[in-house]
Amino acid sequence: MSTPEIAPRRRFLAENPSVLWFLGCLALFTLGVTVLSEGFGLALISTSMVKILGMTLCLCLIAVAMDVVWGYCGILSLGHFAFFGLGGYAIGMWLMYARTQGIVVESLSATPIPPTDIEIEKAIASQIFGVVGSNELPWLWGFAHSLTLQLMMVVLVPGLLALVFGWLAFRSRVTGVYLSILTQAMTLALSLYLFQNDTGLRGNNGLSGLQNIPGLDHVPQSALSLWFFWASALALGLGYLVFAWLVSGKFGSVIRAIRDNEARVRFLGYDVESYKLMIFTLTAVVSAIAGALYYPQAGIINPAEIAPIASIYLAVWVAIGGRGRLYGAVIGAAVVSLASSWFTGGGAPNINLGFYTINWTDWWLVLLGLGFVAVTLFFPRGIGGLFDMIVRKP
Amino acid sequence: MTTLLEVSGVSVTFDGFRAINNLSIQVAEPELRAVIGPNGAGKTTFMDIVTGKTRPDEGRVIWGEKNVSLLGLSESQIARAGIGRKFQKPTVFEAQTVRENLAMALKARRGPFDVLLYRRSKTATARIAELAEEIGLSDALARRAGELSHGQKQWLEIGMLLAQDPRLLLVDEPAAGMTPAEREHTTDILKRAAETRAVVVIEHDMEFIRRLGCKVTVLHEGSVLAEGSLDHVTQNQQVIDVYLGR
Repeated sequence: MSTPEIAPRRRFLAENPSVLWFLGCLALFTLGVTVLSEGFGLALISTSMVKILGMTLCLCLIAVAMDVVWGYCGILSLGHFAFFGLGGYAIGMWLMYARTQGIVVESLSATPIPPTDIEIEKAIASQIFGVVGSNELPWLWGFAHSLTLQLMMVVLVPGLLALVFGWLAFRSRVTGVYLSILTQAMTLALSLYLFQNDTGLRGNNGLSGLQNIPGLDHVPQSALSLWFFWASALALGLGYLVFAWLVSGKFGSVIRAIRDNEARVRFLGYDVESYKLMIFTLTAVVSAIAGALYYPQAGIINPAEIAPIASIYLAVWVAIGGRGRLYGAVIGAAVVSLASSWFTGGGAPNINLGFYTINWTDWWLVLLGLGFVAVTLFFPRGIGGLFDMIVRKP
Repeated sequence: MTTLLEVSGVSVTFDGFRAINNLSIQVAEPELRAVIGPNGAGKTTFMDIVTGKTRPDEGRVIWGEKNVSLLGLSESQIARAGIGRKFQKPTVFEAQTVRENLAMALKARRGPFDVLLYRRSKTATARIAELAEEIGLSDALARRAGELSHGQKQWLEIGMLLAQDPRLLLVDEPAAGMTPAEREHTTDILKRAAETRAVVVIEHDMEFIRRLGCKVTVLHEGSVLAEGSLDHVTQNQQVIDVYLGR
């Protein structure tokens, strides 16, 4: 048998012009925000707005991951925000520990006798856990002193959870709505667990002060916000590129086939479960990375962040944006999450009807619900589908 | 000719209904075999058992020279062992192009990482072109499978079956919804495939089976009623009573 010659494969980007378009738009957006920001340029965009935009980019990244797992592979996971939250907690532990350590060491340096390591650790523990009535550092925080180790936790903890959960669920051939319910149960259980005070993650207080980066006290928030904004843009760009490559070619063909008829794919000899597990775990890890970039910008994380509703919103963003196309997920996440903070943050003026005043803080969810129904009925391909009318897919 | 597949003493019950009752069939390699029988005789269930879709309550299904039991394998493992299947209702991936459908079926490593790093080779491209030629879809390679006519979908599925390069092809009603000319072409494809492999065809159309000119197995109420040449089984009084005479 002769070795098959490798055909000159047409370049991936040449075959997928939308990826280049997206990356171009993202780069322009990043540049524009930078120039207009307080930290570097014209100060037309406030620091808090830069943070909101940076956080939105992280939400876009998890939406892209959701689109791959749901829109391409057909697994309607309603639990991906659990991975997002775990990523946030993992990085938050280091941020909080290292910052408290800095404060403790400084305040103890005034004492005549230099404090021992054990004294410092005790002081850190009572600083962090005093709020839940404890002064012991839980075993969970064993790695919290090291940024490298906690960064590994960002990937490993959600990755392992997804791997074990996915393995159990897919091996038992749990599919469709049953799988969705199972993922909801997972994120609910995790959230309820974290709400308890004795779990070592400060219960409903969560982790706070995450916007202060240890060792970077001299850098103003206006600059820090930009750094995180750039990091988020880079993560979104890279994540988009990786996923776009993943869903192109034969691998993409197989996972779309699994979405449409997984039994048939089995009879072609593909082990459907391992494909699903791979996609589920990979998207969970990307969600966790998005979370690890999001929460230092948000400044605080608590168990309410991974309540079941968060993951449902994620599915709504992707549905509104248009699933089965990655830029659709980005559009959906950006439009809906920005609109949400505008409406609920008091940005939208209340409408006085004389007999009744529409207060958007209360009515935003109604509007979102109507929007969701309208998109489902009239634009089943979502906002992203509108692009198809302009550019015909090859 | 050696025995490739040996089904012996297999029984399956669905909610008290005995779909397969002590069924024993042997298929050699190469061989072309037709399976006929009235509705509910267990023809499709037989294929379900061989491909791992249905687990029998009792009996053995033995495969290949090494006498591997198929009952312990998953559907995808059975497919990788060399058993390909075409369904009664054509099931192709309608949202994807004919080329993508064939490429997915083409014999190659099936693991996720193998597929992720898969690169199109000239041999693979040539093989797809060759298959498309054989199933008359050369001009339709870039079209979505959902746009094809019923008969073309049937052929695409046969093409996918051949692309897998299996040792045993299980073909469920390949000629349903085809014009006489298309039927003739289908018989040619199956006969050619059976020169080097085992092919089992379920069909209702006697004319089609006559053209195949092969050994026929008649199923009735989940077990073999008669086996032999078409002329032999059509003269069997029991076969006439339960199947032909109606």
